[in-house]
Amino acid sequence: MKEIAKIRTDFPILGRKVYDKPLVYFDNGATTQKPQCVIDTLTEVYTTYNSNIHRGVHYLSDMSSEAYENARGKVTSFINADKRVEIIFTSGTTGSINGLAFSYGERYIKSGDEIIISHLEHHANIVPWQMMCERKGAVLKVIPVNDAGEIIFEEYLQLLSSRTKLVSVTQVSNALGTVLPIAEIIASAHSAGVPVLIDGAQGVQHGIIDVKKLDCDFYVFSGHKIYGPNGIGILYGKEKWLSELPPFQGGGDMVDKVTFEKTTYNELPFKFEAGTMNYPGAIGLGTALDYVSDIGRENILQRENMLLLYITERLSAINGLKIFGNSTQKIPTMSFHLKNIHQYDAGMILDKMGIAVRTGTHCAQPVMERFGIEGTIRASLCFYNTKEEIDSLVIGIEKVMSMFA
Amino acid sequence: MTISEVQDGIIEEFALFDDWMDKYNVLIDLGKELPVIDPKFKVKDFLIEGCQSKVWLHPEYDGKVITFTADSDAIITRGIVALLIKVLSGRTPKEIISADLYFIEKIGLRQNLSPTRSNGLLSMVRQMKLYAMALEGRNKQ
Repeated sequence: MKEIAKIRTDFPILGRKVYDKPLVYFDNGATTQKPQCVIDTLTEVYTTYNSNIHRGVHYLSDMSSEAYENARGKVTSFINADKRVEIIFTSGTTGSINGLAFSYGERYIKSGDEIIISHLEHHANIVPWQMMCERKGAVLKVIPVNDAGEIIFEEYLQLLSSRTKLVSVTQVSNALGTVLPIAEIIASAHSAGVPVLIDGAQGVQHGIIDVKKLDCDFYVFSGHKIYGPNGIGILYGKEKWLSELPPFQGGGDMVDKVTFEKTTYNELPFKFEAGTMNYPGAIGLGTALDYVSDIGRENILQRENMLLLYITERLSAINGLKIFGNSTQKIPTMSFHLKNIHQYDAGMILDKMGIAVRTGTHCAQPVMERFGIEGTIRASLCFYNTKEEIDSLVIGIEKVMSMFA
Repeated sequence: MTISEVQDGIIEEFALFDDWMDKYNVLIDLGKELPVIDPKFKVKDFLIEGCQSKVWLHPEYDGKVITFTADSDAIITRGIVALLIKVLSGRTPKEIISADLYFIEKIGLRQNLSPTRSNGLLSMVRQMKLYAMALEGRNKQ
């Protein structure tokens, strides 16, 4: 693996200061920073070949379309999908789940059917299903979690029934960092004949994702959480499902033939890509995935495990600090509380020390409610973070504790 | 003291400190002086729902001036609401409605504690002015 100091220079923002202090960026769960190559790609698109895709016969449109389809190819091999037609570009994880919840509901769901999610979901994997259930008269079932922040697998098996039409769970909890046993979840669902969607928003950037090996039916993620541009995301679906599902948006490029009497739809993947797509974002995402592959996903995983061990050790040693989410299967995301100190107070002081953390409910209010808390301080790390930065966080926490004690 | 004189005093006090850490310490101390709300008013009706911390605010009107009491579950927020109370409590509804709160800008509260990232300082100000308008209206009836 490239030296960490060298890697950090790939990300220009990591070199900046805030309030005259070196930035410690521990909010990677919310969004990751971008390497120079991704920034350069966006600049290159707009300065040299910007043109709408699949539209014109002209030179630039060809170039643009080719780069866009090339990016689709990169995503296909990155998650090891079978075919490129199984990769749909969307606006992000939220866009992917909302679109799928609509189409899936229209095609397969009737009154009394059930959808299973877990208690660890981000609101983006709760609300779209609730909306669909309301529309179709279906019921949302929730896999409970234990005190360590892990799903209770036996309870999940109990929930699976002939009424279950889909299981939709996160790969990694954004609020607690727990990695879910998705291979086992998928295998059990499949033996009951139920397809599975995996929300990879917090999972795709930590380790290797292989949708073929996992055999998941749908996999969704956001570009901006894997060092790519904002406003681009992926909906992967097995061709068999995507062919059957109706489109979730109508417009240009997704049609075959339009008359006022009837419209026939374009083939996959274009059926799901209505209107002008975010092609610069897609092309930038392709560059980000190349970057991640160059660093090496095994290397990233190893480094993140090292950071997880170190931050767990340092935070556990602080008197009055309580960690939420104590699974042995975690990414380096630490959610914690300081005794008798409001997370908002702590966040404000850490901010002034140059340390960026998130405070609050992390768009996962049911998780907070499960642990009987109103919010946490969340430090979410990724491979470009360092042990020294963790030391700075510890100094920051000590300062907070001395100020509010 | 007029509203402006109180504001000028606050600006002077904050000007003594360059470092934001010191300014936060002032806010923390101010929070301790906050005229604390009667626990019976710490209910949903008096809650200003913010994104990150809770603030309860209660107006008491004696027909002449409004006296505010408040509380928050976060200490820095207590300090901020204490500042607002220092400026606006014990004033007539008219004074509160027309108050120009320039001290917020001057001491750097707006940039540092903007409503998008915290429990809206601005929602607190708005709530105080709304109470003043409602109570003034009651007066006229």
